[in-house]
Amino acid sequence: MKLLISFLVGLTFAIGLGVSGMTQPQKVIGFLDLFGHWNPALVFVMVGAIGFHAIFFPMITKRKSPILTDQFHLPTSKDLDLRLIVGASLFGAGWGLGGFCPGPGIVSLASGSSSSLTFVVSMLFGMVVFHFVKPFINKVLP
Amino acid sequence: MTFESNEILMALIGGLVIGLSVTVMLLFKGRVTGISGITYNFMTFSAGDWSWRGIFLLGLVVGGILLRIFLPESLENTLNYPLSRTALAGFLVGFGTLLGNGCTSGHGVCGISRFSLRSLTATVTFMAVGILIVYLVGGV
Repeated sequence: MKLLISFLVGLTFAIGLGVSGMTQPQKVIGFLDLFGHWNPALVFVMVGAIGFHAIFFPMITKRKSPILTDQFHLPTSKDLDLRLIVGASLFGAGWGLGGFCPGPGIVSLASGSSSSLTFVVSMLFGMVVFHFVKPFINKVLP
Repeated sequence: MTFESNEILMALIGGLVIGLSVTVMLLFKGRVTGISGITYNFMTFSAGDWSWRGIFLLGLVVGGILLRIFLPESLENTLNYPLSRTALAGFLVGFGTLLGNGCTSGHGVCGISRFSLRSLTATVTFMAVGILIVYLVGGV
C-alpha cells in the first residue's frame, strides 16, 4: 500500500508537470525572461499548486499522524543561512541555463532526447560531487 | 508578453494536479514531496527506507511515458542548446539543490504552502538568479 501510494504520487506529479508546461524548457526560459519576451503562464502553476496545498496542509497536519505512518516528517530548520542562499543561487543559475529543474528533468527522460538524458546524468553527477565534498562544505559553511 | 490563454488554463490545471499529488503524499506518508531530496536519498541509500523513493521516481518516469503517448507536445524541447550547456546546467542544479536543501517542489510548492520563510527565501533567490542568468545569456 505504501509503495502503491508512492508510485501514484510520482505518476500524478509527472502528469501535473507535463500538463502545466513545466516539462517544456522553452516555457521555463520564457517564464524567466522577465526583461525580454516574458511568458507569465507558469506563474499559474505555482498559483494552482500552492493554492491547493496551502488549503489542505493545515487540515492534514492537525491529524495525530499520517494515514500510513506513525508521524509527520516535515523540515524543521528555520535558518536563513549562507548555504541556503548559495545553494538556491547555484540552482537558479542552472535552471536559467538549461530550463530544467529536477522533477521535469526526470519526467522528460521518457522523451528519450539527448538533452534530457544529459541533464539528468549531469544532475546526478552534481549530487555525487556534493556528497563527497559535503564534509569540506560543512567546515566552510557551517 | 507572449502567451496563449489556453496555456494559462493548462498551467493552472497542471498546478492543481501537482498540488493534489503533494497533498496525497502528506496525508498518507506525512512527507514533503521534494524531488531533489528524494533523488539524493535514493541514490545514497542514506535514509534507510529507500524503496518508496525508488518507486516514486519510477512513477515519475512512467508518468513521463504516459505523457509521451497521450500529450507528446508536453515533452517537446525546442531550445536546441548545446549539450555542454545542458550538462553545466544539470551539474549546477544537482549541486545547488542539495546545498540549498530543495528545489522547485520542496521549497517552491511544499515550503511556501506551509508559509516557511526559509523556503520563500530560497524560492525568491533561485527565481531571481534564474531571471538574471536568462537576462545575461539571452532567452528563447
